[in-house]
Amino acid sequence: MVNALRFRDDSAHEEPAVTFETFLGQTNATAVRLEPGDDARELIPHLDRLALIEVSFPKFRDGRGYSAARILRESGYTGELRASGDILVDQILYLRRCGFDSFIADAELDEAAVDRALGRYGDVYQKAADGRSPVWALRHG
Amino acid sequence: MYKYDQYDQTIVDARVEEFREQVGRRLSGELSEDQFKPLRLMNGLYLQLHAYMLRVAIPYGTLDSRQMRMLAHIARKYDRDYGHFTTRQNLQYNWIKLEDAPDILADLASVEMHAIQTSGNCIRNISSDQFAGAAADEVEDPRPWAELLRQWSTFHPEFSYLPRKFKIAVIASDQDRAAMRLHDIGLQVVRNNKGETGFKFYVGGGMGRTPIVAPLISEFVPATDLLSYTEACLRVYNRYGRRDNIYKARIKILLHEIGADEYRRQVEEEFAHVKTLGLDPPASEFERIAAHFAPPAWESGLPDTVDRSNVDFAQWVDQNVTAHKAPGYAVVTISLKPIDGIPGDASSAQIDLMADLAETYSFDELRVTHAQNIVLPNVRKADLLTMWQKLVDAKLADANIDLVTDIIACPGLDYCSLANARSIPVAQKIAARFADPARQRDIGELKLKISGCINACGHHHAGHIGILGVDRKGTENYQLLLGGSGAEDASLGKIAGPGFDEDGIVDAVERTIEKYRDLRQEGERFLDTYRRVGMDPFKEAIYG
Ligand code: SF4
Repeated sequence: MVNALRFRDDSAHEEPAVTFETFLGQTNATAVRLEPGDDARELIPHLDRLALIEVSFPKFRDGRGYSAARILRESGYTGELRASGDILVDQILYLRRCGFDSFIADAELDEAAVDRALGRYGDVYQKAADGRSPVWALRHG
Repeated sequence: MYKYDQYDQTIVDARVEEFREQVGRRLSGELSEDQFKPLRLMNGLYLQLHAYMLRVAIPYGTLDSRQMRMLAHIARKYDRDYGHFTTRQNLQYNWIKLEDAPDILADLASVEMHAIQTSGNCIRNISSDQFAGAAADEVEDPRPWAELLRQWSTFHPEFSYLPRKFKIAVIASDQDRAAMRLHDIGLQVVRNNKGETGFKFYVGGGMGRTPIVAPLISEFVPATDLLSYTEACLRVYNRYGRRDNIYKARIKILLHEIGADEYRRQVEEEFAHVKTLGLDPPASEFERIAAHFAPPAWESGLPDTVDRSNVDFAQWVDQNVTAHKAPGYAVVTISLKPIDGIPGDASSAQIDLMADLAETYSFDELRVTHAQNIVLPNVRKADLLTMWQKLVDAKLADANIDLVTDIIACPGLDYCSLANARSIPVAQKIAARFADPARQRDIGELKLKISGCINACGHHHAGHIGILGVDRKGTENYQLLLGGSGAEDASLGKIAGPGFDEDGIVDAVERTIEKYRDLRQEGERFLDTYRRVGMDPFKEAIYG
């Protein structure tokens, strides 16, 4: 059982994430933390100097962070994208598909269950931020 | 009809196994009910007043006899020998045991069915016109587009934790048989002046506590942009829809608060970005799906007349049979509204019989309507009489489609844990009051819709006459609404005045209808008269 999961090969970023407001007010931070109401698009001009963007999920039901993640990945962000907070096994597949590649969960996660959840669906119906080809692409070679 | 390929089947099978594992964790006590709840809700399993309820998706209301028979089999084996067809063209079982749910899903998967996204704050089953493919007035069959949307929305990673549930309807005629503008997104397939296919996008309709008829957000979205544009609509909602209050979380409230123009501007901006991502499948994928919906091999040269010498049969034809686009064929609606029955309920034996009729007489196809009836879309006129006789034997021949006893009613307090009042007994009392077929025919088209609480599953806002169950100091009370419509002339009913008890509401409905009979002019339906004269004369008749 673990609280943290990481799906990246690089080493973890050391600098603590600053709040979104602090980040926009100061120019040298390389890690930022978004709350559900923060507008991820405002980070777009600064993406090349960010190494870690942490997106907070105070409640798993609040799905705004899924859109934030996709917007960041669609804008070319390649650094660590971390989901933190109320993260449950059954959300991790969707979070991964939206571009998250690390997790810090409030409650411990069963790694075997996470593996099973991530491997469950061999194919997906739609394009997202994980580069997987949707079935319509596979059907038409 | 659409048939799964290996991809579709593998995905649905994987879902069954996933749910089996989740149920196992719940039964062993590893998961608490609190932790299990969001998981079972993703599979249409609700905990109701007396038992678990399982909602099965019937995509765009279309199914074949094999699937219909499986619904009967499940009702017989795991439930109390009946099922309930819902206003969202789905089917619900009311008496399910948790430990049986995985086996039921496996049975469904064996006939290309599932319960995916029939609950939860995600994109729900796509609904459509029950006459799709057979209606004379359609631009084309809307169901291939609905199937494309079904696949796109299935396990959509970004839109599975929306502020609230999300319902999409697709139609392809000017006549709206699916209450399209009362959906979160309503799509109408149209052609532009170059003959290209596209969609009118209506966004932000809905019923519930704050009923709203959806405004037009785009006049024409080209077919090649369908998924990107829908994705943009949903993303704006996912980011900015309210999450602080469950009653203000539907997309209609977002549109209401920021205005349709501002919402459109945001969607256009998002679309400009989303369109660059390559989310729309190639035309070949649409063609692959559309090929499954090719019209059946209608025979030519069939007689186009019906022998009306049997009076009961002729009356059934007048009420339950609709014009078909192919000469010699007809669209049949089987009423699930017998006078003493429960609206939308059918026994296993009746479900099996309807499957048999579809196989023999309707190119193996059935539809579920949002009015909780069943359609056989492709029946030869020459077969109507024989088929009707079989329906009579099965007590499925009520000739009351769109008449006052063709009542839409939600399950209400007899089953539903959210209900304030019972819907079913009210529907039954009203049906009994107007049981005389001649009286019903004299009254003419009258859509009566009953909900057991403000959530409006019984579409009461869209009823020519609507009834809403409320809780008044601990007793069941019923409000009367007049003048709603879910059709192309969509409008919302207005509350007539103070509410009634169960018998009082039946009397109030009768006084309303008698007033209409006094006031009506040649050819006017109840709704037309109401729109001409307004609420006052009715109010006086009801409360005077
Ligand atoms: S309208 Fe209310 S009572 Fe009726 S089914 Fe919906 S939630 Fe239950």
